[in-house]
Amino acid sequence: MRSMQLLLAAVGGASSAFGVPDQDDLFQARQMQALSFAAHIPLVCFGVAFPAFVVFVEWLHLRTGDPVYRVLARRWSKVMLALFAVGVVTGTILSFELGLLWPNFMATFGAVFGLGFAIEGISFFVEAIFIAIYVYGWDRLPPRAHLLTGVPVVLAGFAGSLMVIAVNGWMNHPSGFRLEDGRAVDVHPFAALFGNGYFWHELVHMYLAAYIVAGFLTASVYAWALLRGRDSRYNRTALVVPLTAAVLAAPVQVIVGDWAARDVAKSQPVKLAALEGLAKTEKGAPEHILGWFDGREVKYGIAVPRLLSLLAFHDPNATVSGLETVPPDERPPVNVVRFAFQTMVGIGSAFALLGVASGVAWFRLRRLPRSRWFYRAVVAAGPLSVVALLAGWTTTEVGRQPWIVYRVMRTEAAVTGAGGIPVGYATLALVYAGLAVAVAWLLRRLARAPLEVAHPR
Amino acid sequence: MLVGLAAYAVLAGADFGAGFWELAGGRSEHARDQRDLAHHAMGPVWEANHVWLIFVLVVCWTAYPVAFGSITSTLAVPLFIAGIGIILRGTAYALRSGTTTAREQRRVEVAVAGSSILTPFALGTVVGGIASGRVPVGNAAGNLVTSWLNPTSIMLGVLAVATAAYLAAVYLAADAVRVGRGDLERDFRARALGTAVVAGGAALAGLVVLRFDARPIWDGLTSGAGLAAVVVSALGGIGTVVFVLRRRYEPARVTAAVAVAAIVAGWGLAQRPQFLPGLTIDQAAAGRSTLVSLLVSLALGAVVLVPSLAFLFTLVLRGRFDESAEPPAAEPEPGSARASRRLLPVAAVCLVAGAAVTALVDSAWGRVVGIPLLFASIVLAFLAIAPALSAVAAHEDDLP
Repeated sequence: MRSMQLLLAAVGGASSAFGVPDQDDLFQARQMQALSFAAHIPLVCFGVAFPAFVVFVEWLHLRTGDPVYRVLARRWSKVMLALFAVGVVTGTILSFELGLLWPNFMATFGAVFGLGFAIEGISFFVEAIFIAIYVYGWDRLPPRAHLLTGVPVVLAGFAGSLMVIAVNGWMNHPSGFRLEDGRAVDVHPFAALFGNGYFWHELVHMYLAAYIVAGFLTASVYAWALLRGRDSRYNRTALVVPLTAAVLAAPVQVIVGDWAARDVAKSQPVKLAALEGLAKTEKGAPEHILGWFDGREVKYGIAVPRLLSLLAFHDPNATVSGLETVPPDERPPVNVVRFAFQTMVGIGSAFALLGVASGVAWFRLRRLPRSRWFYRAVVAAGPLSVVALLAGWTTTEVGRQPWIVYRVMRTEAAVTGAGGIPVGYATLALVYAGLAVAVAWLLRRLARAPLEVAHPR
Repeated sequence: MLVGLAAYAVLAGADFGAGFWELAGGRSEHARDQRDLAHHAMGPVWEANHVWLIFVLVVCWTAYPVAFGSITSTLAVPLFIAGIGIILRGTAYALRSGTTTAREQRRVEVAVAGSSILTPFALGTVVGGIASGRVPVGNAAGNLVTSWLNPTSIMLGVLAVATAAYLAAVYLAADAVRVGRGDLERDFRARALGTAVVAGGAALAGLVVLRFDARPIWDGLTSGAGLAAVVVSALGGIGTVVFVLRRRYEPARVTAAVAVAAIVAGWGLAQRPQFLPGLTIDQAAAGRSTLVSLLVSLALGAVVLVPSLAFLFTLVLRGRFDESAEPPAAEPEPGSARASRRLLPVAAVCLVAGAAVTALVDSAWGRVVGIPLLFASIVLAFLAIAPALSAVAAHEDDLP
């Protein structure tokens, strides 16, 4: 290993394996990565949560013998396969981009966090195998065996999200290595990924988000159909299952979100200060709702005294660190982060209210409400859930800037030295626009195909 | 990593080849049958096969991070092209299930076929760039164009496409026999023989190119273990031709796979001990603890994966997913649709307790207790409400 050290000393700067590259298009590289994530993450939600809905509906069929459930599970399993296929390719692009856009990040820290992706690859492999068996196995496997082949898909969805989020948790709260001359030494990958107390709140928050997004998006399709007068047992059943999951998860998400905020307050005080637009360190800090951060304070916002201290530390008199604690070039773009955060919290709170209202309605009626406003709310909840999801990721990822590895490696040191990023970005944007059109077309086609008549017994 | 690469070459290579054949043939009914066979053959397996590529990537960046960063920055262009090809292919594949008319289907097939040529070609040029020593260590330290547009790269790109077509033709001939389509079998048999000649010729021509463009690889392939791999590959190729001529497709599948895997192995052996110029494989490897963790994880993963994969391929190769396969007769006894109302109070208790513990106990133990309680509350409430509500919804007659 001696020659390796010499070699790296020769090519490396102080903070990384390859030194800081000369790259004018850093912002476009970041946008390209963000575009790829924005395309992939909603699909991930379907990869994680949708199989559970499908398996649950098939289980209802086995329990009751009602053919509607079977028709629904079969139809959904086709959607599941199609979305998984698109998720596979967008995920592949992400793993390509890690190398294409951030080679220095990979070269310096691949040995620390790469393990997470290796295990993710395994769980993803399991998911691909059993999705294929499940979808192609209708009528080919005995019913109970078929139901069981769906279970690994659900579990692998969880395992995969655990691994990827462990890596993101590590980027936000790095540990498990020491830096020596720009190289990671003394690497303990398991400790880095899973001994990291920071990632658990991200995992739980994202896992619930997956059920909320997949649940509301699916439900919104059928709520729309019901509003348009296409009332049928099939549509009502298809509305109920994902909607129940989403409205149950939504209020719990608020509790988990509070936990996440307290962890951020502890580990990433600068991110918290950016979320809230807090310039100066304050005791008993107020919370501002809406408004605009002008560089020194939040203008035109509604200030609630001491609320920030209360929320971040569960103590109205706690001291909250402001942006002033770090030099200006180590602060994230406040308004982007703050706006994204408030969007997420606003939508999330509305979902929690919808969840409580649905719960009350169920207790009183024991059936679906009749108000058209209920169905309109569900229709709106679908797209809003995606907005909240992306806003949440914007909050945590832009809030981490200017660091790619928090307080260890700056993003501009990680980027590739190769030219042509704008060309790649434009190409990818075109391809993804085509992809979006293609997926929309496919889902419409699948939805319009006549329902399969139940298998003759 | 070489195992993953070889598996990707053999399995995904066959998929790309099948995609390639989707382009072939005219508009006739017969040609459509050929394409349907190709599509059905890769339907259940392409995603699983594709995962091997992901494996190669993640193992490379975990175990050989510096080499990975150097390769991806210098060879960014062909890798990006391959990525675009993969998007097109996956999307077109997903779209095919939605097509209804022959014209739509044809369009999708052209996309599949185009990307099936583009992707293996681009990946072949990447291998060529590495093999001919055109990727120096560093962030985009190599030439962005000549690193992948050079004799070795182009030759390996062509070889990758030809090999893919050859593997697919052999596999599809075997599949045609299984579904009892003698006419399709003859077509793919002819194609298998034709592409065997092309791929073999490309491999020989490739050796000559290597002699002049990548001398170290040539030296590695003409001595020691590298030579052995070349011989194995040649024997595998010849064996496949013999088996295909005699219409014995099951052994032909194996020898064809061996021939291709041996090429990949031969490259790895010939490259040894250099990974990139000035960087040997030992130097490129990550620290010991990373490698041990990776190997342990992969071994544990293999315990889950090998039986799963075996299960999938058994189902596919035995024809259980074919249209003609018999559906199992047994239907389950319908159970009762009784709602489990008793779960609800338990769920409520879990929710309150979980929320209180999570919000008020600010320690790791608070989370360990609180979060599972919250999850339990969601699951229990779901199990209590969803079946009951679905049953009501499924019988309700009075909605807006």
